[in-house]
Amino acid sequence: MAKEQKKKRARKTNADAEKYVISLENVNKSYEDGVPALTDINLKITPGEFVFIAGDSGSGKSTLIKLLLREVRVNSGNVNVSGYDLVHMKRKEVPMFRRNLGIVFQDFRLLKDRNVYENVAFAQRIVQKSEREIRKNVPSILSTVGLAGKYKAKPKQLSGGEQQRVALARALVNKPSILLADEPTGNLDPRNSNEIMHLLEKINENGTTVVVVTHNREIVNEMQKRVITLKKGVIVSDEEKGGYIDED
Amino acid sequence: MRISTFFYTLKQGIISIFRNKWFTLASLATISACLFIFGIAYSLMVNFQYMIKTAEEAVSITVFFDEGITEERIAEIGNIIDSRTEVDHKVFVSADEAWAEFSQELGEAAEGITENPLANSANYEIYLNDVSAQGKLVKYLEQVEGVRKVNKSEFTANMFTGVNSLVTYVSIGMIAILLAVSVFLISNTVTIGISVRKEEITVMKYIGATDFFVRAPFVFEGMIIGLIGAAIPLALIYYIYVFALKFLAEKFAFLSNLLVTLPAKDVFIVLIPVSLLIGVGIGFFGSFFTVRKHLKV
Repeated sequence: MAKEQKKKRARKTNADAEKYVISLENVNKSYEDGVPALTDINLKITPGEFVFIAGDSGSGKSTLIKLLLREVRVNSGNVNVSGYDLVHMKRKEVPMFRRNLGIVFQDFRLLKDRNVYENVAFAQRIVQKSEREIRKNVPSILSTVGLAGKYKAKPKQLSGGEQQRVALARALVNKPSILLADEPTGNLDPRNSNEIMHLLEKINENGTTVVVVTHNREIVNEMQKRVITLKKGVIVSDEEKGGYIDED
Repeated sequence: MRISTFFYTLKQGIISIFRNKWFTLASLATISACLFIFGIAYSLMVNFQYMIKTAEEAVSITVFFDEGITEERIAEIGNIIDSRTEVDHKVFVSADEAWAEFSQELGEAAEGITENPLANSANYEIYLNDVSAQGKLVKYLEQVEGVRKVNKSEFTANMFTGVNSLVTYVSIGMIAILLAVSVFLISNTVTIGISVRKEEITVMKYIGATDFFVRAPFVFEGMIIGLIGAAIPLALIYYIYVFALKFLAEKFAFLSNLLVTLPAKDVFIVLIPVSLLIGVGIGFFGSFFTVRKHLKV
């Protein structure tokens, strides 16, 4: 009961928040030295969309991801993610908010000293699932990502593609409404990259909003999804079934 | 918080102790070394204070009465003395007892003296529980009706008071410096240990872990290391202490009046809980504040 009330306080719903799962309005963000990282960003993503945020190094993609994770705050503008007003969110409300997101990183960020099962179960323990639920949910999600037989393996015993699948399983096991993938294929060969992207597509088909930040031209062009292109902190293009736009 | 979360974080803390063997060993060595020196300093301090206290207790004030004083008045003066908080106990010495003692000291020279030359020497010997209050008590007693004279040893009292203060200040200073050094060393060790696991903390925070969930295993780990780090020097000091008492009793028996030592039980009844509390406290606060720096993700 008290938990629900807390959750409600963190949510400052408005019409946009109900319609869009991610909504950024007139967002500006500068680095500590005053150099602008993002300028006047307006971006809306509806539930169930598959969106690429593309751009070269230094385009502001990482800052955007940090904003969506509420790792950093905006200088001005509004940010709503999954019904949470990130601008007015208190620090203690951040963990509850992040439990609505699944996050995948380029470098996998698995706990190296724990096996595959424990890495995935870890996400469930954080949201205080019972051991019974964990024993049911973890094998199920490992099977979805095609790693049912490797639950005892440690990360270093797995290939890059397999490690990214574990990271995906960890991100999905709590059934998030949004999956944020920051350069998920950055450390993978083309074959593994394709497998991961098809997995993300499958996850999206099941109703999860998927936002992929990438500078992988081939993948963006092949997938034919919505592509938002950033250049020097500004959105230069937002196309349905778009392609990768080169720097010059 | 679920009870299972509590046990999970406790389990993770314990696992982490074994997983990060070098960090555990470095932390244990630091805490143990600091608390070993602390324990030795404390044992020396309490024993020194005990020696001084024992010597102080032998220092007395003697109160003589006016000539022809009644026994009732002597009893009243006795009651007045008893009512003073600085008095530990008093002994009444009658004129006859005083002469008997003195004549024994005189030996043959006292032979032939038939009348008690110390007829007016009935007195109260007063032993204080705090020798520094001697001056105050003497001043008070000199004004009591029926008191002729108060004998005191100002030099001895002042010396004891001075030495006692010096020992207390030096000991407190030493212990404070030791604790400050311990906190610094342990904080450094924990910082190094935790910086290695910064990525783990970052991942936890990204997934939606609360500060408690991230911090608890580190805090449990710190407290357990603190507890073991305190227990090791306590065991060592205990054996050293018992050996030292035996050694002093055997080799320095001729100094037994001066070297009065506290039994191990009296020292360790305080040292054990204090050391364990310091160990656990250092582990707790060291981990708590060091992890805090990494929680802002």
